[in-house]
Parts: sequence; structure tokens; C-alpha cells
Amino acid sequence: MKFDVVIVGGGINGCSLAYQLAKKGMKVALFERNYICSGATGRCGAGIRQQWSTRENILLAMESVRIFSKLDRELKQDIGFRQGGYLIMVHDEKDLEEAKRNVKLQRSLGLDVSIVDREDIKEIVPILDVDGIGAIAATFCPTDGHADPFKTTFAYARNASMLGAKIYTHTAVKGILKKGKRVTGVKTRKGKFECDYLVNCAGAWSKEIAKMAGISIPNVPYRKEIIVTERIKPIFKAMVISFKDGIYFSQQEEGHILGGIPSPHEREGYLTMTTFSFLTHMAKTLLRYAPSLAHIRVLRHWTGFYDVSPDARPILGEDPKVKGFIHCHGFSGHGFMLSPAVTKILAEYIADGRKSEFLESLSIERFEKGEIKREVSVVG
Amino acid sequence: MRRKIVCRCEDVSEEEIISAIDEGCTDLEELRRKLRIGMGACQGRTCIPIVVRILARKTGKKIEEIPFPTSRPPVVPVKLGSLASDDDEI
Repeated sequence: MKFDVVIVGGGINGCSLAYQLAKKGMKVALFERNYICSGATGRCGAGIRQQWSTRENILLAMESVRIFSKLDRELKQDIGFRQGGYLIMVHDEKDLEEAKRNVKLQRSLGLDVSIVDREDIKEIVPILDVDGIGAIAATFCPTDGHADPFKTTFAYARNASMLGAKIYTHTAVKGILKKGKRVTGVKTRKGKFECDYLVNCAGAWSKEIAKMAGISIPNVPYRKEIIVTERIKPIFKAMVISFKDGIYFSQQEEGHILGGIPSPHEREGYLTMTTFSFLTHMAKTLLRYAPSLAHIRVLRHWTGFYDVSPDARPILGEDPKVKGFIHCHGFSGHGFMLSPAVTKILAEYIADGRKSEFLESLSIERFEKGEIKREVSVVG
Repeated sequence: MRRKIVCRCEDVSEEEIISAIDEGCTDLEELRRKLRIGMGACQGRTCIPIVVRILARKTGKKIEEIPFPTSRPPVVPVKLGSLASDDDEI
């Protein structure tokens, strides 16, 4: 069977790209080794943030928020998108300098963001203990928020199918077919499929997919852990994060509090075991931030993977050496929130031949050219 | 109409489970993500055995052929305060 585009990976990026391409009339097939949402998307913190330190991430996130805010109408399903803001803690003078620099850049790009004082912090999230946190200020962007990763991804997949995209779950890609320096198809458990373009949306497993095409990518998978508590009445709307402590937590629409922090035993690789040291470290830090949550019970604790690139920014666009091989990975923990804008850009490139400026600055070639601008605003 | 509730924690009915299976969702892990069955306070102790039986009936598989979803720690809900305590007896 012949397709215009084959997508590898049934997470948020694979499914939204399948939808964007199918909407443009392209013949699309998506191959997922397990089931939709089985990888990082279904395990993520669900946050949507526009407060970044690099121009590309800010603009991609702002465009994504614009798309997220209309997505329930477009996909005819509630995706749980809510804008409660992101409150980023500032702990000392050095943090404050960095916050000022970031806010200045973000505002110059049109983002509604500001530096708020200790009193404002208490007003935005009343359960916070500013002394326990050691916060001298915070930055706040009211249009940041979260969405339900399951609902969003399933809605994209369903709409893609309705537009004719073929979604093959439980179908691993075993090999990539090439003719000279061009991708011509894939080998799967269900046979061979021809294609003009192959898009690598395999998240933490992107490295293995790239290797099948003879491409080496510099990403490293990292195990990350998250807890979720029982449901309680809605008490705060903003996501609270700190780059210093690495913590993030928010209250979901249904009342659960969900959050993560770098594990004391963080290791690269494909380990999926949860660790007790994470659980106690997370509980201690969370209670330092919000002591009144001490009587709230933790329901579940799980792991997922960050697909970390050398500069913590995504790797996008066509490979310079293997024609037809499209990179869409290296999201470093931010794949869900950036996906609407990123997949729109890639769909425009594949279907219309339009090359966005981001495909230059976020291309894989940046690592060879040594043009590295690291994204420093990373948590979890 | 009366709904036959299978998952009490997340309020999911038998009808919703059957319609998700009819849509092609025949994997217990995927059903869990789609419907939130087993994601409540009981961690699936009530609903998962029932869902497995529905799944077996609908797909013609034997109950033994349907893998149980991953069980996540903690086994029972634990207070943040207990986890944060340095008391060795917890």
C-alpha cells in the first residue's frame, strides 16, 4: 500500500500531525507500537506554558495556546483546556535577574506576563507558604494553563481517522526502506508500506527509529516521575513551578493535584520502575510549598520519559542527508504543550512546501554548526 | 434510563465501556486511558475484573488471555504528610 506520509508514534505529535495532514487531503498512515497515548503523552504533567527563555519556544507556545483555545470546537470534543496561569517562583537576586530578562523577551513577543510580589503570590494561590518556598517574587502569565492529554490526543486521532488517515495501533515499525538517499517506505509487523515522507514522532524511542534510516540523533531518554492525589474541591487554578527546586504541581479540573520533581536517583535509559526516594522527596517539597496539603492522599505514582535534546529544544524538519525523513522529536518534556504549532508547521512543509523560520533554527543541523542556544527554563 | 455503573470512582457505565470496545478500543490499558476506569481511589479493584469480563465477552477471548493493567504504587492511598515524615515506622 502507498501513502504520502507515514508517521511513527501515536502520541500527541503523531496524532495531531496525522490530523493536520489529512485535513490537507494527504494520504496518511500512523504506526504506533502499543496504543494511542501509551508513551510520554499519556504520562505527562498536562501543562501548557508560554514562559520560556528562548524566542522559538515562546512563539511556538503562544501559537499553540491560540490553537488549543479553539480546539474543542475544531475537533468537536472537550479537550479540558483551561487557562489558570503559570506561577514561576523567584528565589533570589540571581533568579530575579533571569526572570526580568525572560519577562522582557516574552513581553516583546506579545505575551501577557509580569513579575508579581509575595502578596500577589498568596492571592493567586492562597495555599502557598511563601516563606517555606523562600520566594521573593514570581512571574505570572494568566493565559498559560493545561489540557487533558488523553482527551486531546484521542480527539486528534478520531478526527484524523474521520478524514481518512489510517491509524495502526499495536503495529511496530521494524525497518525503514530507502532508495539512495531517499526514504521510500517502512517495514512493519503488518507488512511493507510505501511512502514519500516518514515523520519520526516516536518520542523517547526516536533514536531507534532514526537509526533504522541510518541517522544518528543526539537525544537521550530520561525517566521522570509524577504523583497524583485524590480529588479535592477546587482550591487553586495556576500551575506552580520552580526552576531552582525543579518542582511543578497544579490542580486538575476534576480536583486531583498532580506534580513532579527531578528524582534524587535520576538516570538516563529506559527504566520504568518508580522510586520511593522520588515519592518522599516530592511529598517533602510539596508540603514545604503548601503545608495544608499534608492530609491529602497520594493515589498513584508513575513514570514516563523525557526525550531530551542537547539544548532542551525540539528537533524539527527534513533531514539534510536522508530526503523525506522528517524529524519531530527532542521535546525534552514539552511535547504536549508545543504540539499544535509544531505539527502545523510540519504539515505546511510536507503538504504545501512552505518552510517556516523555525525549521531553520530548530533543524538537526544546528548541532553540527554549533549554534546552540540552550532552553534553561526546564522543570520536572 | 438507568445506567449500570461499572466504575464507581470515575462514574463509568457498562454502556460506555461497550461502546468504546465497539469503536475498536480492545486493550485494557487503552480503555483505562479513554474512560479513566481504574484510575480512581480504588485503583481498579472494583471495576477492572468486571471490565475484563465484558472485554472477554465482546472479543471472544478467554479471561486469562487479557493482561491486567499495570498496578501503580502506592497500593492504598497514602497521606502526603506520612510520605514526608522521616519516621521509620511508616
